[in-house]
Amino acid sequence: MKSMYKITLQLQRCARDITNMSQQAVNGISHRGRVLTLDSMNPNVKRVEYAVRGPIVQRAVQIEKELKEGVKKPFTEVIKANIGDAHAMGQKPITFFRQVLALCSYPALLEDSKFPEDAKKRAQRILEACGGHSIGAYSTSQGIECIRQDVARYIEKRDGGIPSNPDNIYLSTGASDAIVTILKLLVCGEGRDRTGVMISIPQYPLYSAALADLGAVQINYYLDEDNCWSLNITELRRALNAAREHCNPRVLCIINPGNPTGQVQSRQCIEDVIRFAKEEHLFLMADEVYQDNVYAEGCQFHSFKKVLFEMGPEYSNTVEMASFHSTSKCYMGECGFRGGYMEVINLDPEVKAQLIKLVSVRLCPPVPGQALLDLVVNPPQPDEPSYATFMKERTAVLSTLAEKARLTEQIFNTVPGITCNPVQGAMYTFPGITLPQKAIDKAKELGLVPDMFYCMRLLEEDGICLVPGSGFGQREGTYHFRMTILPPTDKLKVVLQKIREFHLRFTQEFS
Amino acid sequence: SSHKGALLSPPRPRGHLGTKRKALSATRRGLPKEKMSENGIMSRAKVLTIDTMNPTVKKVEYAVRGPIVQRAVELERELSEGMKKPFAEVIKANIGDAHAMGQQPITFFRQVLALCSYPELLSDSTFPEDAKSRACRILQSCGGNSMGAYSASQGIDSVRQDVARYIERRDGGVACDPDNIYLTTGASDGIVTMLKLLVCGEGTTRTGVMIPIPQYPLYSAALAELGAVQIDYFLNEEKCWSLDITELQRAVNEARQYCNPRALCIINPGNPTGQVQSRQCIEDVIRFAAKERLFLMADEVYQDNVYAEGCQFHSFKKVLFEMGPEYAETVELASFHSTSKCYMGECGFRGGYMEIINMDDEVKDQLTKLLSVRLCPPVPGQALMDLVVNPPQPGEPSYGSFIKERTATLSALAEKAKLTEQVLNTVQGISCNPVQGAMYSFPRITIPEKAVKEATEKGQQPDMFYCMKMLEETGICLVPGSGFGQKDGTYHFRMTILPPTDKLKILLNKVKEFHQRFTQQYS
Repeated sequence: MKSMYKITLQLQRCARDITNMSQQAVNGISHRGRVLTLDSMNPNVKRVEYAVRGPIVQRAVQIEKELKEGVKKPFTEVIKANIGDAHAMGQKPITFFRQVLALCSYPALLEDSKFPEDAKKRAQRILEACGGHSIGAYSTSQGIECIRQDVARYIEKRDGGIPSNPDNIYLSTGASDAIVTILKLLVCGEGRDRTGVMISIPQYPLYSAALADLGAVQINYYLDEDNCWSLNITELRRALNAAREHCNPRVLCIINPGNPTGQVQSRQCIEDVIRFAKEEHLFLMADEVYQDNVYAEGCQFHSFKKVLFEMGPEYSNTVEMASFHSTSKCYMGECGFRGGYMEVINLDPEVKAQLIKLVSVRLCPPVPGQALLDLVVNPPQPDEPSYATFMKERTAVLSTLAEKARLTEQIFNTVPGITCNPVQGAMYTFPGITLPQKAIDKAKELGLVPDMFYCMRLLEEDGICLVPGSGFGQREGTYHFRMTILPPTDKLKVVLQKIREFHLRFTQEFS
Repeated sequence: SSHKGALLSPPRPRGHLGTKRKALSATRRGLPKEKMSENGIMSRAKVLTIDTMNPTVKKVEYAVRGPIVQRAVELERELSEGMKKPFAEVIKANIGDAHAMGQQPITFFRQVLALCSYPELLSDSTFPEDAKSRACRILQSCGGNSMGAYSASQGIDSVRQDVARYIERRDGGVACDPDNIYLTTGASDGIVTMLKLLVCGEGTTRTGVMIPIPQYPLYSAALAELGAVQIDYFLNEEKCWSLDITELQRAVNEARQYCNPRALCIINPGNPTGQVQSRQCIEDVIRFAAKERLFLMADEVYQDNVYAEGCQFHSFKKVLFEMGPEYAETVELASFHSTSKCYMGECGFRGGYMEIINMDDEVKDQLTKLLSVRLCPPVPGQALMDLVVNPPQPGEPSYGSFIKERTATLSALAEKAKLTEQVLNTVQGISCNPVQGAMYSFPRITIPEKAVKEATEKGQQPDMFYCMKMLEETGICLVPGSGFGQKDGTYHFRMTILPPTDKLKILLNKVKEFHQRFTQQYS
């Protein structure tokens, strides 16, 4: 097998050399082919796909440029509803957070009486924990110690007192960084022994991209669209059993609240998942970056950590888990700072030492992002001067999001051919769309996935940029798109109306 | 192998466990953990253990933050808990972290960053107008005019344009296309990304990457993790750590026996060795890369850190283009820069960029795609990068103080480079090349045979043994030469020249005394 592969490689090299030689003959100069070409690059990288910033977004950027250059279009601006980027959609930063960041950046401002005392106090505390009292110094690779302590206290408060050890907290460059790091630790073996990782379908494509990059085996388990995208243990078991035939399943990834699907898991469901992970000897990865984004009546966020510990020591002493959080979502939406953390539970001490070594190669997560994370986990308290403003700003963002979640569901469900589950949480809607057979045929003719064809048309005709469901994975023969609910309410209404009209037009055109 | 055995976990008795689970679920929380693990509730092996983890990660080593630094942190904790030590503070001379060593940030940079963080300050009259106009320009190119928005994965457009103009100025007008600029999370991120693109093949066709020895261990760590083949070429210590084409040729010829050499990494000015390459040497390297069909990676993060008389920084890009189209149109090159070194030393922001030359268009698409998965480099770091490449200009209100601060830092560094070389060379058993550039001294140390023997008995590298002893006795944290690679039988350490001059003098003196004591003890 391996020697066959080697022969194939050698043949490829031969073929390349021949091509190179002919090229040389053409232009005379001793100009052989490039060192790095599509054929001679890392094959794993080629398999990576990331639809959230894929071809449709590249086209959107192009159209924006064309608009700027005065090219006439049937719309005046491109609305990028492809990515959960709150500030880009006009959301204002939390005043207190930015005051502290300004103080940390330019400590001369600590003398400025315009800044509230609690902001100064936070800034001083962060600076004192920095080398040379500067956010320009490297931090320890695991993250600034006092921030990790604050994160641990935040988790304890969130989880009703279950202890959290700062030594188990690792600050990261956004949540993505930590997710990739943990996956990297877990991947080993070859052939049937190769590590398999269970991910939900639909999924956030960071997972599939990281698995392709690492050469791990992706194991799909399908969320139940008919039951509000809920997770079903029977389906987990089916996926796992099927996968055991061809790889070594070792990891189960959960996104809660769901991205792109917006469901919020019940406590019971989380318990079942933990029990399943224990029985099947799986490492749990809980992506909980939308933990403050819960909108639906009767829904509540339960952290995997909390449920794990409430299930008693049989579980809490054995089940290995990493959970992830970030500064990019929730009410703050500070994506650009790339702040985040993970908490690891029951990680083998030797592996922990390896993890620390691995993260040390990249020196440290960006310190401004670490500072911001500190503010998120340790915001103004009731007796502090900035508390009232902070609460007002936070509540305004979250209640507007809840309103937009409802609005989106309502309007989509009035369109024949679009069905939309309630957006219980997170920042997206992932409606199912009915595409006429003729449109599917047309897409195939063009070499496009049908929902990509649909989204491209929407972009060209209305300037609205969505991500086709195929970028997240979906059951065969079903089609979806992901749209953020982040545009300001007025604009969101216009967007929803335009999509409605487009869908009707599109359906008519191809029926 | 044991590795394989651990992977094939035994079949699990599901039914049995299931009933046990039901019986136990009533107990819930509250039982002390220790009891549970002691009292025989069966705990199976963990999913993730040292035997079942990614084997390439295990091979990664990074001495700059290795065991000696962990011990230094422990010692600091012990000191703060009031424990008695033969020293009052730990001096971390292990890492090029200027601010941690007391260097003050450039005022203008931090003013702009504060304005970008909290734009209400734009109406504050105490901020200079040039800082405000820079901040406005950066914010206008951010989504929603906020640093909190994601940027394009390649980096903010206007920042990439400024980088391109900076490179053109630096290189005497050689053109630079902003489309070839990728902003990164520090230079490390760009370097690892490029290496990742390059690695493929199996067995004798596996990608080999040439790196200098001594090297900055990011390279060996990244290659270990990617499972690429590390090809060592040795710098010439006798000739001030210069690079020798004959040695490159020897290394590549030998490597062709067992791998497919495809990339050549150069660090100039050198880390840890501090040499600055001559223009001639760079030309020779480029010619060699063209002849041997190697992708060039030029790590130029210390480009402003050149101290020695007669030395000058020449970028690979500039030399490449001056060699004419035969080279300029064919040799593939990536060069790297960062906000962490030079006169600004802003490590914590993780800003950086790379410029790629002659990269295949299809590969470029793949690169953009790969970067998009991580969304974007930290925006404050991008903003800072913008200021580094577009600092105050003559005629702008902040120009005077900017130049003053910049010059003060660079001339202090030049002084410390000389001082370090001088003092270390007065010590018998230490010989130190001139620190022509960068931020480190990498002196050679003579370790007595008895000490080598004792280290070997302890299972330690002799220079690790030496550095550990120095740390315990003097509180000075250096990195042993073995962490960077060195010729067999030679020993070194890397020390930054960053401590303030007064402190550096004390430090050098302590190193001197320690070395004499150590030599005496083991002779």
